[in-house]
Amino acid sequence: MRALVTGLSTYWGGRVAQALEQRSDVEVVVGVDTRDPRTPLERTEFVRTDSSHSILARIVRATQVDTIVHTHLVVDSTRATSRTLHEINVIGTMNLLAAAGAPSSPVRKVVLKSSGLVYGANKADPYFFREDMPRTGPATTPVERSLLEVEGFVRDFADDNPHVDVSLLRFANVLGVDIDTPFTAALRRPVVPEILGFDPRLQFVHEDDVVDALMYSINNDIPGVYNVGADGNLPWSKVCAIVGKRRVALPFVFTNLAAEPARLLRLWDLPPEAMQLLRFGRTIDNTRYKRAGFQYSYTTASTIEAFAQALRLAGTIGDSSPSYRYEREVEDFFRHSPAVVRPDVG
Amino acid sequence: MMADGPERAPERALEIAAATHPDVDLTEIDPGIGRELVPLARLAPEPVEEARRADVDQWGRSEHFRALTRRAFEPMYKHWFRVEWEGFELLPEEGGALLVANHAGAIPPDAPSIMHGIEKDLGRPVYGLAENLFRALPVVGTLWSRSGGVAAHPDNAYRLLHDEGHLVLVFPEGTKATGKHYRDRYRLRRFGRGGFVEIAMRAGAPVIPIAVMGAEEAMPVLFKSPRLAKALNLPYFPITANMLAFGPLGLVAYLPAKFRIRVLPPVHFDVAPNQERYSRSRVMEESERIRGMVQDALYDMLRRRRSVWFG
Repeated sequence: MRALVTGLSTYWGGRVAQALEQRSDVEVVVGVDTRDPRTPLERTEFVRTDSSHSILARIVRATQVDTIVHTHLVVDSTRATSRTLHEINVIGTMNLLAAAGAPSSPVRKVVLKSSGLVYGANKADPYFFREDMPRTGPATTPVERSLLEVEGFVRDFADDNPHVDVSLLRFANVLGVDIDTPFTAALRRPVVPEILGFDPRLQFVHEDDVVDALMYSINNDIPGVYNVGADGNLPWSKVCAIVGKRRVALPFVFTNLAAEPARLLRLWDLPPEAMQLLRFGRTIDNTRYKRAGFQYSYTTASTIEAFAQALRLAGTIGDSSPSYRYEREVEDFFRHSPAVVRPDVG
Repeated sequence: MMADGPERAPERALEIAAATHPDVDLTEIDPGIGRELVPLARLAPEPVEEARRADVDQWGRSEHFRALTRRAFEPMYKHWFRVEWEGFELLPEEGGALLVANHAGAIPPDAPSIMHGIEKDLGRPVYGLAENLFRALPVVGTLWSRSGGVAAHPDNAYRLLHDEGHLVLVFPEGTKATGKHYRDRYRLRRFGRGGFVEIAMRAGAPVIPIAVMGAEEAMPVLFKSPRLAKALNLPYFPITANMLAFGPLGLVAYLPAKFRIRVLPPVHFDVAPNQERYSRSRVMEESERIRGMVQDALYDMLRRRRSVWFG
């Protein structure tokens, strides 16, 4: 297998590349991103691109990769303006799929990391979203709109390229100490927000399960759309209780306006789509991926418990995440210098 | 094969460190350092204490909260409405079943009475389907959900009946019944579009019709204000006899009508479950038949009733 990972410098891209490196049948791992990788990698070749992946076609042609893992979809709208969001998600995916679908392209598998955000959160929603259920209200936020547009491209691409296995994974909210999402950030604060009178049930997925789920689609030929979220759901009040945080109620009208001071003070930065979750919640049905053979290591409850334990540990010993700085010369030396004795791979 | 597995990674980390920080003496460093760079062996997730998992189930119902409401509602059930059941033994001890009842009273007391009686005497939870309007209400919506209310989405009903084998209570007349005038009492409205029949067919669950007598007189709607309803975004805005008698307190004060609840024989549909769609005409026919059963039972019960207050 020759694999290309987009978003190498994101948490997911780095972890997927690390996992791919461990596999003996993966000859080449190419990673692209706009920034330097933030995880130490053994043999992944890093190429810097612009945010819309415009040189991807050349990279695919030159490296003859057969598998593309697209982790570079922004699902956290606090990270990017709506313009960059559009650039990365929509234009980036368009270029990526164009590269993968070019005539005589060697690509035979595309795995994408999308989000449960595509379902939205509305009062008319079913309590459990299956993959074939449409959202019940129009997409109101830029990130939701861009993800829906991306999924449209992916569907068209899969129709036009029946010889390519396309797996689209929609993830529930991810919890883990190493990942930064609006929810993990909020749960690290001494107080967390809730909307007065609402206690919706939320579903989470552990960061390790996310990596496992992506790897499972890479390792197996299971084209299709899959929800990935841990079993069960819990009321927000219980989530906060397990993590040991006090809740502060925001008014149920003008909620986003009321949350603005907290945003400005950088207390919490919960985007409108997260606020919508705090009102109506969302659970996605994970049976299809389980039926395809995927096994979760965590339930929603144990995901939250694991997160709470990790937070307590971090509270005692401080931030223990390894600091790593990418140095092109060093990485090139280890990968390409004749002086380095490299074990045979493959 | 690859010898360059996770075992070698710590050494590799040291190599990187040596290359990037030539001024640091690495001989002193514990060889275990850098181990955090490789994915650690996965610790088995610890089982979470049951109590902390919350007793709220994935539908939002809390048995703990139900027990509290049952305790609070019991005097009302026993001494105010003096609820009496007929055919209680027709309710199944296990398996999914769709309970279909008539609906009445501006703020309908029939749903809590049916749920209370079944949970108390049969010991099975009942999930009550209602308009998703509840979901958008602060506080009320949460309490409604904790006490077993579920938004009436076809997939929710299917899961409850088919996947989980629960008892599900539905009022197919919906707000058309609770918002009707007192003069129309015990005259059943249209049973929606028969969606409940289709769900029961798909889930392979029987429909158990239930006729409730008493709710109409517990909170009679005398007048309605469409303008206020529109302004408040409510399905209807009733002026009830209770309001005229007790003022604003009338919103929660029921008149002490005697309640009789009659369970009718289960209706089984002779169709294969899990079909994409079912014959429209068959669905409407069954829906009409079940409506007729409830209507006839009500007429029969009314014929036997000597007094609204004493039964």
